[in-house]
Amino acid sequence: MEHGYNYAYVLIAVAVMAIVTYIPRFLPLTFMRRKIQNRFIKSFLYYVPYAVLAAMTLPGILYSTSSMISAATGMIAAVFLAYKDKGLLVVALGAVFVVFVTEQLMAFL
Amino acid sequence: MSSDVTSAYLRGLQNGLPICLGYLSVSFTFGMMCTENDLPFWIAVLISMTNLTSAGQFAGTGLIISGGSLFEIGITTFVINIRYLLMSLSLSQKIDPNLPVPQRLVMSFGVTDEIFGVSMQHKGKIPFAYFFGLMTAPFWGWALGTLIGATAVSLLPDMVRSALGIAIYGMFLAVIIPPARTEHSLAWVIVIAAVISCLFYYMPVLNRLSSGWVIIICAVAASSFAALKWPVKDEEEEA
Repeated sequence: MEHGYNYAYVLIAVAVMAIVTYIPRFLPLTFMRRKIQNRFIKSFLYYVPYAVLAAMTLPGILYSTSSMISAATGMIAAVFLAYKDKGLLVVALGAVFVVFVTEQLMAFL
Repeated sequence: MSSDVTSAYLRGLQNGLPICLGYLSVSFTFGMMCTENDLPFWIAVLISMTNLTSAGQFAGTGLIISGGSLFEIGITTFVINIRYLLMSLSLSQKIDPNLPVPQRLVMSFGVTDEIFGVSMQHKGKIPFAYFFGLMTAPFWGWALGTLIGATAVSLLPDMVRSALGIAIYGMFLAVIIPPARTEHSLAWVIVIAAVISCLFYYMPVLNRLSSGWVIIICAVAASSFAALKWPVKDEEEEA
């Protein structure tokens, strides 16, 4: 594809992206200094990270490799290792390893 | 630097390594996408170093490539990243209330799904040094992966690149599963959020919503339900 970019436009667009990405990140963290007392909100915030990560994992994980079969085997490996409380790096690399091996095997089928 | 600060920093650095690994592979793809569309490598790296986000920067850059208006680029990126409001708010409750503004501004830059998720595993207050250590490797991994993807498009064999794609998700699972074994409320939050997320991915009409909104809906629905059903006890103030 041939593109003749206008660099002023590209750089301003990048700056716009950077600013609108930073705004939701810094507003609460910078200005929210008191402890939230409301029990519902406290509980809600306690559960947020788990909900966010679960929502990002499924179904995303199934499309994270070149085939859904290798992704599913990798996911099973990761769930197993995580359930055994194996730590971040072991779980992540274990899943990578299982995907790699699965794809090598699939290449022979 | 006191040894406390150093050890907190190093602990963060270590916990950030798996995130860094996941980021290398994702940003590699981003770098490739830029080069394939004739964006110079330094712009790709500049985007990664100033945005430090996945979905938002992919979408924004896609719009730059197709010549979208600045307004469109701004709104799209903002909507995808609105979920950071929730994370930033959660984080504000886990840091020292007296932490000065400059440190807060630095931490804010490192609020990504993955860094946030891992940082919230920290028992008690999150020290600045820990968080700073945690965001260090992922930041450089994101920048370096972009540079490699943009300049040496075919450096990694496809098989390795494909396998690396799952790293980040393995890390998510390593964060959410262990505590859910003993806390049933957490297991329910995970299941509910995952089911809603799948609904929005596979159902017609629903799947037209951007990923940023889907994550917000999942987080709000699953967390509100759990907060009503299993309010947390008050004693986990300080560890």
